[in-house]
Amino acid sequence: MSEPVSALDGAACEGFARVAEQGPRGMITLRGDLASVAVKNAATGVAGVDFPGQRECHVVGERGLAWMSPDELMVMLPHAEVPAAVATMTGALSGEHSLVADVSDARALFRIEGPGAREVLAKLAPVDLSPAAFAPGMIRRTRLAQVPAAFWMAGAETFELVCFRSVAQYVFDLLKGAAAPGGEVGYF
Amino acid sequence: MLILHCPHCGVDAEETELAPGGEAHLKRFGPGSSDAEFESYLFHRENPRGVHFERWRHAFGCGKWFIAARATDTLEVFGTYRAQTAAPPQDIRDAITAKRPGWAWRDLA
Repeated sequence: MSEPVSALDGAACEGFARVAEQGPRGMITLRGDLASVAVKNAATGVAGVDFPGQRECHVVGERGLAWMSPDELMVMLPHAEVPAAVATMTGALSGEHSLVADVSDARALFRIEGPGAREVLAKLAPVDLSPAAFAPGMIRRTRLAQVPAAFWMAGAETFELVCFRSVAQYVFDLLKGAAAPGGEVGYF
Repeated sequence: MLILHCPHCGVDAEETELAPGGEAHLKRFGPGSSDAEFESYLFHRENPRGVHFERWRHAFGCGKWFIAARATDTLEVFGTYRAQTAAPPQDIRDAITAKRPGWAWRDLA
């Protein structure tokens, strides 16, 4: 089997925050009734983290569950485990009105690290990123300049961001520009 | 700048994160309807100065449709509710009446 390759092959740049494209991450879209016990068990069984409430995102290392919409979850796990996880979840949800789809290769994942990480995203997304309004454990789907994206915090000064793979270079260039040295705003 | 509260995901979304969907609460006239009804369904839209009901989609967010009750002349928002609602809920109507006594929109008042 061929090796999975991420969109930008781990491109990184240093500004007042560090922006780095991450290696392949397994991502599974799960749609269904999020109040259903079968859906909850299928998601938590594979991800191994607590079930997220509205706009919550629980991430531990490469594993995580993110609330994407009232009927959609994103399950994150190591890339190699995806085929087995899809099979497990599909089996667990037989008879349940639901959808399980491997979307790992449709996405690009970025990590923005450093004290200025909030500022980098605040320049690009119409989102209140003050520490009081956005904290670890939350996810926000929004736009980054002209393309859709979603981000959450993996630590006090670390954001993880996903976008479509087809716009990975565009998003990397945006983040690089927003994090360019000398562009600090110092608002947060 | 218009900021609308998405009733599906609870985000106060800024206008650029949303996609407009035109007038809300249209009644569909399809096969079997008269020409006048079908023409009205296709083309006749309200264009009020004041209270208006509009469909919006949280396109860059959760992707769901909702309806906003707002004033076109002041950008004041009276409330938002899910698109799976056949008529404006009473609390939205009360909110409009409190701010705009005597308002009317199509056959609502």
